[in-house]
Amino acid sequence: MSLRTTPFHPRTGPLSEGQAWRRWAGYVVASAYELSHDREYHAIRNSAALFDVSPLYKYLVTGRDAARLLDHVVTRNVGKAKVGQVLYTPWCDNEGKQIDDGTISVLGEQTFRMTSADPTLRWLHLNSSGLDVTIQDVSETTAAVSLQGPSSREILQLAAERDLSALKYFRLTSAKIRGIPVTISRTGYTGDLGFEVWVDASQAVPLWDALIETGTPYGITPAGMLALDVARIEAGLLLIEVDYFSSRHALIEAQKSSPLELGLGWTVATDKARYNGQAALDAERTRGPAWQFTGLTVDWDSLEQLYAEVGLPPRLPSQAWRTSVPIYDRSGNKQLGYATSGGWSPLLKRYMALAHLGSEHAPGTEVRMELTVEHRRKQAQAHVTPLPFFNPERKRA
Amino acid sequence: MKRYDAIVIGGGHNGLVTAAYLARAKKSVLVLERRPRVGGAAVTEEIFPGFKFTMFSYVVSLLRPEIIRDLDLPRHGLHILPLESTVTPMENGDYLAAWGDHDETRRELYRHSPRDAEAYDEYGRLMHFMAQAVKPILGMVPPDPTSFAPGDLAGLLKLGKHFRALGGERLHALVKLMTMSSADFLDEWFETDVLKATKSASGIIGTFLGPRSPGTAYVLLHHYMGELDGVFRAWGFAKGGTGAVSEAIASAARSFGAEIRCDAGVSKVLVRNGRATGVVLENGDELSAGIVVSSLDPRRTFLQLLASNELPAEFVADIKRFKFRGSSGKVNLALDSLPSFSCMPGIGRQHRGAFSISPSLDYVERAYDDAKYGEFSRRPYMDIVFPSMIDPGMAPPGKHVMSIFVQYAPYNLNGGWTDAKREAFGDAVVNTVESFAPGFKSKILHRQVITPLDIERITGLSEGNIFAGELALHQLFFLRPAPGWAKFATPVRGFYQAGSGTHPGGGIMGASGRLAAMRILKDGGGA
Repeated sequence: MSLRTTPFHPRTGPLSEGQAWRRWAGYVVASAYELSHDREYHAIRNSAALFDVSPLYKYLVTGRDAARLLDHVVTRNVGKAKVGQVLYTPWCDNEGKQIDDGTISVLGEQTFRMTSADPTLRWLHLNSSGLDVTIQDVSETTAAVSLQGPSSREILQLAAERDLSALKYFRLTSAKIRGIPVTISRTGYTGDLGFEVWVDASQAVPLWDALIETGTPYGITPAGMLALDVARIEAGLLLIEVDYFSSRHALIEAQKSSPLELGLGWTVATDKARYNGQAALDAERTRGPAWQFTGLTVDWDSLEQLYAEVGLPPRLPSQAWRTSVPIYDRSGNKQLGYATSGGWSPLLKRYMALAHLGSEHAPGTEVRMELTVEHRRKQAQAHVTPLPFFNPERKRA
Repeated sequence: MKRYDAIVIGGGHNGLVTAAYLARAKKSVLVLERRPRVGGAAVTEEIFPGFKFTMFSYVVSLLRPEIIRDLDLPRHGLHILPLESTVTPMENGDYLAAWGDHDETRRELYRHSPRDAEAYDEYGRLMHFMAQAVKPILGMVPPDPTSFAPGDLAGLLKLGKHFRALGGERLHALVKLMTMSSADFLDEWFETDVLKATKSASGIIGTFLGPRSPGTAYVLLHHYMGELDGVFRAWGFAKGGTGAVSEAIASAARSFGAEIRCDAGVSKVLVRNGRATGVVLENGDELSAGIVVSSLDPRRTFLQLLASNELPAEFVADIKRFKFRGSSGKVNLALDSLPSFSCMPGIGRQHRGAFSISPSLDYVERAYDDAKYGEFSRRPYMDIVFPSMIDPGMAPPGKHVMSIFVQYAPYNLNGGWTDAKREAFGDAVVNTVESFAPGFKSKILHRQVITPLDIERITGLSEGNIFAGELALHQLFFLRPAPGWAKFATPVRGFYQAGSGTHPGGGIMGASGRLAAMRILKDGGGA
């Protein structure tokens, strides 16, 4: 059997000008609808971009012990979360190494929706013995779009015919869009003002049409994964299998990371009952993590110089890259770590990268990043930069 | 009374860039702007409720990337959006289009001429080299070729080496660009008339010359030098219009500690013993400073802000000879809906790029003929964009703004500009658009017509020249604005020039303002 298409495919399929599709959890989604992803990227920061994020794995966890189960699995405190709240959280194995990251939406006192990048059903079941809980895989029956950008709220308010100004960052509400029941959460993967709309798969197409019609005067733009990838790097958001490996897929110990090493220390609760990885994480917190996940800014003058040496103007990556690139100290001799994602920010006019470095390298430290200039290995000067690269006030306002 | 290290006269983008760089270097800086808002000719104003007009300048590409990074402008709200296509409607109902995708453009060109489709790539490659060849000059203080000062000699040596390194073929091409008309230059490459007409239009912008006038090929190159993300010849539109560029620079300047005062026109620069000591405002207030920088054009900088006895007579004569000759006008429209062009009916992606009204070389040259004899063009060359299609925030949802850059509208119109003449000019513009897009006129909700006289009256640019002085060869590099005084200093000690009337010249480039700041800091910066 070939790859599956999402419930929005009747609309997204014909939009694809270059037939550029990317695999995601067994589905295909658009890499870019237009021949270049430029305009789709700018829509995220300028107006509103509409992404099909249906391939996410989604689980409905219900029952008297639902919160207890989730609290046992993830690092954040689910028991403390209020109805209407959304938690971004990683989850770990018993050694405190990260398995995956996703969100938990608190839909009711005993009703939660968990999203994940990898299938998680078995892991949830393994952790649920003796608990009064029902776990349903709703991945195929729930479709989702993400509407991201400065105009996203205006568009959704019109479409949902309700005031969303009170909907705070990482909160959700139920609503109806043209009579279609949806859940709207103020979440996303762009670091901008944005929302995700969750809908029954059977209603996906009319939802898409409603959003496009309402949003067109506001510049709504269907966008693909290439545009999203640039935005998520600007936002400093990590990506599984790119910036870190699931401890359940790692083949050697060195491929594993803990949330503390990935800049997710803020998601590791210190005020809750036993959960997977707790002891290891407590110990790691006490001794301090060995690694940090940080931003790097490649210095323009250095980039220009390296290319000028071969008589070329600087070549910038036209798409975000996701390969491992060595990072050296300022002498260029000692390797300090590696970058896992990077690219040019058309908004910030900066060459940025996400990197794993030893914890001791503070922001502002000068380092060198390996770069291939005309087939030859070079090192460009770069500086350790705190994440995120871009953090507009509107994201939380 | 507070004494500033530096006072910058004029809050246009160059003045603001100078101020930001000086403030970044820990100087106390005051910017004085005559109008109620900063920006000069880079302003966005809500002329009709809900509709934001990019009053004068309307696109961005020449803004130096190092300025964007040095001043961290994106953090201050700068967002440059790509403007990808150009469609030229033809008189026979056909069109010529250039799209963002290279293959698509070449295929479109092939429709008109298979030969030109091939030449297009080679031409693009040459212009890339030419832009690269000129690029270092943009970032350099022009050396004086008649001087034996070490700095000048070093600069000349550097230039000499640079040009030698270009090699024969490229050096020859560069000389051609410096001397030919854009029509002749393009004739060497292409046979499709509408292609040459559209390309040659870049060579006439802001000049009082036609595509067949020698010297226009350089202006063509000047417009090729714009650089977005390392790609030459990439045009963009600033979110919020060009006023947002000015606002971002102003915000950056303030973040470094600069003070910006609007509604504060300057009437005189105070000079004591041959040295600038401050300024007198139009309201009579006196302010003192270690140095004074004028970002106004050379005529106003030297002939208006200073008394002529404070300057050498020969220099004054040179400045008086500096040519302005404004030749461009602007028509800004609020639209109920977008017009459909008969060459490419409907509303679509073509509206996210430019429409160039340049159907043939003869058409553009005839537009110049009218102006040569003191009339505005009856059928003018126009560069049209719909800013609201790129940034929907420029107009109420579903409505649009249309920015029409028009040439030619001579500053010295026969009989002078009157309200009636302005409206007649506006009529010529909308009637010409109507001939390519029937039904367009009925969509107009509000019309703003700007003549060169209006440009002068509102922004202060002499004779309404958008480059603060024509980009003619005899007014460039070490001759801009006058021989011997192209290095941002002036005959008055402590008085500097920083506007587009200095090297390297106009467009929302900021290079003059940055270079001036560098020079000032090198001289000690007033402190």
